[in-house]
Amino acid sequence: MSVSLSGQLINLLAALLLLIAFAMLSQRRVLSLINLFAWQGVVLTISTLVVAMSTQQQHLYYSAALTLVLKVIILPWILHRLIRKLNVKWDVETLINIPTTMLVGIMLVIFAFNLALPITQLAGTITRSTLGIAIAIVLLSFLMMLTRRKAIPQVIGFLAMENGLFFAATSATYGMPLVVELGIALDVLVGMFILGIFFFQIRETFDSLDLRHMEKLKDE
Amino acid sequence: MSAQLSGILFQLFQSLLVVAIAPLLLGWVNQCRAWLQNRSGAGVLQPYRTLRKLFHKDAVIAHNASPLFRVTPYILFSCMWLAAGVVPVLATDLPFSPAADVIALVGIFALARVFIALAAMDIGTSFGTLGARREMLVAFLAEPALLMVFFTASLISHSTQLPTIVEALAHTQFTLYPSMAFAAIAFVMILLAENARIPVDNPTTHLELTMIHEAMILEYSARHLALIEWASSIKLLAYTTIGFALFVPYGIAEAGNWAALPLALIALGVKLVAAGAGLALLETISAKMRIFRAPEFLGTAFLLAVLGMLIHFLLGA
Repeated sequence: MSVSLSGQLINLLAALLLLIAFAMLSQRRVLSLINLFAWQGVVLTISTLVVAMSTQQQHLYYSAALTLVLKVIILPWILHRLIRKLNVKWDVETLINIPTTMLVGIMLVIFAFNLALPITQLAGTITRSTLGIAIAIVLLSFLMMLTRRKAIPQVIGFLAMENGLFFAATSATYGMPLVVELGIALDVLVGMFILGIFFFQIRETFDSLDLRHMEKLKDE
Repeated sequence: MSAQLSGILFQLFQSLLVVAIAPLLLGWVNQCRAWLQNRSGAGVLQPYRTLRKLFHKDAVIAHNASPLFRVTPYILFSCMWLAAGVVPVLATDLPFSPAADVIALVGIFALARVFIALAAMDIGTSFGTLGARREMLVAFLAEPALLMVFFTASLISHSTQLPTIVEALAHTQFTLYPSMAFAAIAFVMILLAENARIPVDNPTTHLELTMIHEAMILEYSARHLALIEWASSIKLLAYTTIGFALFVPYGIAEAGNWAALPLALIALGVKLVAAGAGLALLETISAKMRIFRAPEFLGTAFLLAVLGMLIHFLLGA
């Protein structure tokens, strides 16, 4: 695969990732949110594969496979199971309305692009210009965690943030060492399990997954 | 001399062609929708029959109608015709094109809209006023988004002239532009809103309270209504061909190249068939939104277009 074409492909996939991040931000339904998260994983897998093919970095193939298994199959499956068990297919409630969230998102994107500009000029990888997008995805996922009231969308925001970080690592340095990546993947998986148990505990205590109720848990 | 003459001939041919095939596109979209909804449909020629029927009827006009009400259909029709004549549909070097770049093109659409809104309020019925207000609500949000889409394309080709944009995109080496992907999604959303299609407006509704575009033309009949309907179909064709010019300009003929014309015609036909089917599919799988969701829908289109521009600055592509 020629370098210029793969560079263009990576740019396109990066733009797609950003688009999915925005779609997640504007999404009201929890089921579509999980599907979008799975799609983000698919795009991430493809982009990692393209980088691996064009740079001949063997370990990136393993990370692409890891991404596919973990973020496209296992995590969405666990999330689907969770919402079926918890019986929470309601509309996602947001703290501020969606157009405002999107506007804040645009500001974050501009901020991230400016932030990445000096780093981009120092880097030598073919993926360097996508670093700004990676930072933007991290910030947008963070914004999603802030603006959502219910527990599951917040967790999806957290997982999407990990996706953004992974993409940043691939675009800035052709990925982290495999040991580190395996460690992070395991962390995310275990974290998902623990949070899943938390959901049940939260619901048992408050009869709802609304995290505002947790504010009551302080000493008077 | 001959280059100039062939340019004028091209222009004439294209202008007549767009007017002739505009109802066909509408008929094709309706036919596809009918198939997708398990109906047999009225056939792709139905819009022509409707136009013929309307032209043969006697016009009924309210007593208190002003001259503005009478001339609006003609203004509307000429605006849309001019717009469709400026867009490079078959060839890139049209003599008309320098008259209006993309910004002026948005202006032409705005001019037509102002007149139809004024005419809707002219008689003084409440439904007309309601439709005019809603149309303006949708339009004032769609227009900046459309401009942003054009600016994204202009940034790549360094020109606001549609033929230059097409030349830059079609006749150079193939490149993937991520920014154009964003612009394309935004453009489809604007196309749906501006042409009164489902999610934003239902073109086949009979319920006045949910109408936007239809509510404005309730008072029109016969030849006036026919002209307005025809203008609407030309508008749909103009938007579709603008979309082709920006995002899939392949197959278009170069200036004065008559030999490339059959290929350009075939390419146009294939693209129109695909676009019509796509539009019908989009309309079938989505439900009409509440009117107060429309600002959110168009706000999203605007944001996507702005994102496209930002990505162009970041990636340089």
